[in-house]
Amino acid sequence: MTGSVAMHMSDGLLNTTTSLLFIGVAVVGLAVAAAKARADLDDRTAPLAGLVAAFVFATQMLNFPVLPGVSGHLLGGALAAILVGPWVGALCVSIVLVVQALVFADGGVTALGANITNMALIGTAAGFLVATLLKRFATGKAGLVVVAFVAALVNTVVASLGFVLEFAIGGDPAFSLGAVSATVVGVHCLIGLGEGVITALTVGAVAAVRPDLVYLLRGTSRPLELREGTPA
Amino acid sequence: MSAGHSHPLHRPGDTPVHRMAPQVKVVAAVAGVLCVVSTPRERFWAFGLYLAVLAGVWVLARIPPGWLAKRALIEAPFVVLAFAFPFLAGGPTVDVLGVALSEHGLLSGWNIVVKGTLGVLVSLTLAATTTPGELIVGLQRLRVPTMVITIATLMLRYLDVIAAEARRMRIARICRGHDPRFLWQVGATARGIGTLFIRSYERGERVHLAMVSRGWTGAMPDQGRPAGRAAWLLGLAPTALAAVVLGIAL
Repeated sequence: MTGSVAMHMSDGLLNTTTSLLFIGVAVVGLAVAAAKARADLDDRTAPLAGLVAAFVFATQMLNFPVLPGVSGHLLGGALAAILVGPWVGALCVSIVLVVQALVFADGGVTALGANITNMALIGTAAGFLVATLLKRFATGKAGLVVVAFVAALVNTVVASLGFVLEFAIGGDPAFSLGAVSATVVGVHCLIGLGEGVITALTVGAVAAVRPDLVYLLRGTSRPLELREGTPA
Repeated sequence: MSAGHSHPLHRPGDTPVHRMAPQVKVVAAVAGVLCVVSTPRERFWAFGLYLAVLAGVWVLARIPPGWLAKRALIEAPFVVLAFAFPFLAGGPTVDVLGVALSEHGLLSGWNIVVKGTLGVLVSLTLAATTTPGELIVGLQRLRVPTMVITIATLMLRYLDVIAAEARRMRIARICRGHDPRFLWQVGATARGIGTLFIRSYERGERVHLAMVSRGWTGAMPDQGRPAGRAAWLLGLAPTALAAVVLGIAL
């Protein structure tokens, strides 16, 4: 695991005011998520939340070299949102980011607020919104897999737009915002494809074996049908 | 935490830094990095002083600089980005070895490299002297909500579950005639990723039930040892030094 390279924002990329601003945004967002998540988290979903967090942690260790000098990794927001819901999902991704920053030195400590805002709040919300909007197509197995793929792709690109926003507010003014955003968003379109494939494979497998564990499918299972009369 | 949960960035030891209460270390690290990030980038001497303060902590914690340097390579992609800056940014230029480089670009490149490196070094120092288990106890004492602690604890437990499950699946594939090579195992691993998730979940569910049946309530067992005022003062001393440097630099 030591061989992995960081692709979260590091310290010093944003100025102090912006870092503090986004730490505030992250704290408020997480407080809301924690309040809402309480209803979703019970004895059965707690291990799933822990596993989703560990899974996101493990997949974030996989880095793709996308362009020379630039690598990116999976974000996991859409996966978390589809499996455990947006509130618990946002908490899971945030926990991953906090542990990475404090224990694995991945991502700056002061950039945590911005990283959480992008990957945990914006990414999970975007992934969940897309998945909810497309939910009526998620009837069969193929439909669900496609919905998961699209949600993960959108989640990645929208999260990278969050970085562009933060860089526009508190980044170094010496760079043209256009060039920075084109690179970052372009790279994340490619990462989004990888993210989409992994999310679709995982969600597809879980839905096939344990559909009761997929948050997005809640309330869609057909009620048990009792057939009168014994077959001959 | 047991040996199975150790991680490559932790350096076991029994120094004053290792024994320091984890909540103090977390607060000291976060506040220290905030000082570094707030320093104006033209105050070159201030960054040297920060490094000196940090080096003092390493001496106390008996962490050799070479050990840190190897692990600080995590930052490499950002350094590459920073080296590109002097060529990309506009504005007035200066001649370095006959090449016209943007002044803004040089300064911003320096800014990201020095602040990023100091940030990574602070995180590494925290990680080297604190186990993940201690860290969670520290966050718990800082009044982080129980639900977050529950998810974080399970996450750290399940990382090993996933790794072990992946190992088992790899051995099972080899037993069935699979020949894993560098790039060719990517396809098989990708196809098995859903199965890996299900298998890990089912094992993780049993781990969770075992933890619950042994009295786990979602919080980490905490053997007391609350940090007194002296511990806080001592632990925050390096950060206070950094704050003084920042005060002069501003």
